[in-house]
Amino acid sequence: MDKKYQTIIGMEIHVELKTNSKMFCGCKNDPFHAEKPNIYTCPVCLGLPGALPVANKKAIEWTIALGIALGCKINKFSKFDRKHYFYPDLPKGYQISQYDMPFCFDGKVETSFGPIKITRVHLEEDTGKLIHQKVNGRNVSLIDFNRSGVPLVEIVTEPEIYSSVQAKEYAKKLRQIVRYLDISDCDMEKGGMRLEANISLAVIPAKAGIQDKKGNNRLDPLLRGDDKILELPNYKVELKNINSFRFLERGIEYEIERQREILEKGETPIQETRGFNAEKGITYSQRTKEEAADYRYFPDPDLPPININDKWFSEIESQMPEALEDLFARWIKEYKINREMTELLFETSNQAKWLDKLFSEAVKAKLPVDKLINLLIHKKIKTELFEIDQSQIIAEYKKEVTVDELADDEIVNYIKKAVTANPQAVADYKAGKGNAINFLVGAVMREAKKKIEFNRLVKLIKSSV
Amino acid sequence: MDLLGLTIKNVSEKLKDGAFSCKELIKECLSIIKINDKKINAFLTLNEDGALKKADEFDNLIKNDKEIFKKKPLLGIPMGVKDLYTTRGIITTAGSKIIKDYNPPFNATVIRRLIDAGVIIVGKTNEDAWGHGSSGENTDYEPTKNPYDLSRVPGGSSSGSGAAVSYGACLVGTGTDTGSSVRLPAGYCNLVGLKPTYGRVSRYGVIAMASSFDSIGHMTKTVYDNAKVLEVTAGVDPYDGTTVPIRVDKYTKVLGQNIKGLKIGLPKEYFVEGLDNKINISIRESLKVFEKLGATIEEITLPHTDFAMAAYYILVPSEVSSNLSRYDGVRYGGPRELFGAEAKRRIMLGSYTLSSGYYDAYYLKAAKVRTLIKQDFENAFKKVDVLIAPTSPTLPFKIGEKVNNPLQMYLSDIFLCPTNLAGIPGLNVPSGFADGLPVGMQIIGSQFSEELLYKVAYLFEQETQHYKIRPQFKNG
Repeated sequence: MDKKYQTIIGMEIHVELKTNSKMFCGCKNDPFHAEKPNIYTCPVCLGLPGALPVANKKAIEWTIALGIALGCKINKFSKFDRKHYFYPDLPKGYQISQYDMPFCFDGKVETSFGPIKITRVHLEEDTGKLIHQKVNGRNVSLIDFNRSGVPLVEIVTEPEIYSSVQAKEYAKKLRQIVRYLDISDCDMEKGGMRLEANISLAVIPAKAGIQDKKGNNRLDPLLRGDDKILELPNYKVELKNINSFRFLERGIEYEIERQREILEKGETPIQETRGFNAEKGITYSQRTKEEAADYRYFPDPDLPPININDKWFSEIESQMPEALEDLFARWIKEYKINREMTELLFETSNQAKWLDKLFSEAVKAKLPVDKLINLLIHKKIKTELFEIDQSQIIAEYKKEVTVDELADDEIVNYIKKAVTANPQAVADYKAGKGNAINFLVGAVMREAKKKIEFNRLVKLIKSSV
Repeated sequence: MDLLGLTIKNVSEKLKDGAFSCKELIKECLSIIKINDKKINAFLTLNEDGALKKADEFDNLIKNDKEIFKKKPLLGIPMGVKDLYTTRGIITTAGSKIIKDYNPPFNATVIRRLIDAGVIIVGKTNEDAWGHGSSGENTDYEPTKNPYDLSRVPGGSSSGSGAAVSYGACLVGTGTDTGSSVRLPAGYCNLVGLKPTYGRVSRYGVIAMASSFDSIGHMTKTVYDNAKVLEVTAGVDPYDGTTVPIRVDKYTKVLGQNIKGLKIGLPKEYFVEGLDNKINISIRESLKVFEKLGATIEEITLPHTDFAMAAYYILVPSEVSSNLSRYDGVRYGGPRELFGAEAKRRIMLGSYTLSSGYYDAYYLKAAKVRTLIKQDFENAFKKVDVLIAPTSPTLPFKIGEKVNNPLQMYLSDIFLCPTNLAGIPGLNVPSGFADGLPVGMQIIGSQFSEELLYKVAYLFEQETQHYKIRPQFKNG
């Protein structure tokens, strides 16, 4: 494959944690279900004069758990910093975040295109929400502080993502890991998980042509080290506030094309923040960044540094579920499950535990787990997963797959009735329309009000018609 | 009722004995304020109705509940509150025009505790806006005057609280001490003023100046009164993560215990050129009293003292610039151009020292100096129990004398701000008078040594009784 440019993407993903209370005060953390604006507020999250933050221990523990799940190293000595900028939804004039000592760093997430290095995972507070609308005929901006101070985790990758598909896969994988830990609902539509991609195109020098099996240029070792042959571009475009995986993919695709055209003209794309217009399928400029903003970070003097001693760390570790990768490896080995199918069944580790018990009971009952999963996914077994006892599912499954005892001539009687009632289907079948046989199978079963093994019935219909 | 000469201790006894009622007491305070405050400018807002209502309520309690003085150790005590403290339902301006109409929906933790203990807030007191200043002249309102000499400053930034207690408008005044702001007005107004250990008293609800320095203290006429108030205000607060869960001593219990064998250190860097000789003489006289009480005195060194001021004026503006960001004029308060000259100066300084490219050279370097200053004190306290030094290098100066020279103004804090860098406690006690003006002496201790400071100060006060010399201030 002859490629002139290589897409380089780094991602920043924000996830709102679903702790009971907010990050630095006791207010309820439930902005999406609040009945009215500004009901979950107090002097702290409103930034009133004199109010002070106190850190939410649970949010810190969950951030560290996420770091562990992402294979990160943990900063045993960490702190919060103030990040200054003026914006109406930021009541203190600064956001409490983490600058040079994030709780977690140096992790990785596997994708089918190769691993993506996680630079850092840090904890901060969310801002309020601006609402622009007309009140009494006037255009006004309103602020809802229900979201102000909600714990927000930011996961930053190295610029090691090389395609829109890989970016999408990474983001989905991250959501799966977060949901599995049960620390966030990752509701993308409401902003519980927000995607941001830094996109640029690097020119591939002639000598670089090492390709992987899929024909993509292999760049992982090429951006770093003494033998690197690809330079990071001197610009990047920040694609921000993307609220679906599909938009992420489409937005990146659009950007690649847009940037390529600019580069082809011998120009450099402007360093800027762009949004994605889903209706038009295009990205549009939101803000140009001439130079890096100076956030005047410094350690927040209101919050003492955090020492994660061995005892606390092992407590956090011991409360973590079996790692997702280990879980799938075990299920594949013990129950011969199909991973892609099984992934559709559950989100949280508690649900996984429930399924684990179901699978083991199925094996004990000598039932095929993969078939059970298939029926569950296609809702062939009418049941509420995770809420009832696993034995009930096993019973339902047995009922679903068990066939009634019927003699061939009894079945043939039903076939005759069905054939007479559906001459068009018979004609279709004879004309070679494959679907017609399925229709006749259904018709016979309805006629018989019995469950008959599918293949046996097909055979008998074919010989009767 | 001679409020000018009365203390919390006297007044509590008189209320108990029924010599006067809470209502009579509060009426007297309000009348003193009404007659005199036009001249002094100690108060920004009076809480007349609230105070009188509270007094009625307490008078009823006194009638019906014999145990009430045990439950409420400061029952009926009139208090002036520095306007940096948020007080629910009482306008809180921080001495600034930016939030001149701000009516807080909550009480600072310390205010809540003091109200629970029975104090009656008579009003909010004047101050250098946001706590920025040493004279009270940086208020966005009319500057407070020193009751001992109306042409002179009362010291700042808790200028109104100092003047108010001094002229008999109330019996305790709250203050905040970021670099000097309780001890300096206490020194200039002949009061006992405490800067507690950082983390001893909750900062929640006290409008932040420089968060890692702000110490929540108070001024009273006597050591006993001061200790009594700290018993209420001290202690861990779940709303302030920097408070420390160390037991709060019963500070008044140790008053009167002897101090034989106490080792007092004199930091030689505090007795240098620039120190008014009259103050030097006063402090040396006071030291003789301590020797008479059985203490020994030796000179010690705090070698990094020279760098304290520079470090202080990098770190404090850095934090100030951050803390004042929230006054953006969006939800409440006026626009940022209403900031006074001193606030603007500190916002600019602090924004600069925190900027990328300058952070390492200024903020980080100053933070390292801060550690050295802290170590200086730690080393000193290996040798001696307490340090004694003058509170200010000069006597209360003339109003207007230093307003055009910020650097000269900053130097008023030169003996005081090192303790804020170190986070240790300091107590101003009256050392006597020179040219008819009060001379302040500070006793500095190691972290959480408030009990010792009170013990030392109390015996000295009993010997000298300087607090009894109140301003020659005629009502009307």
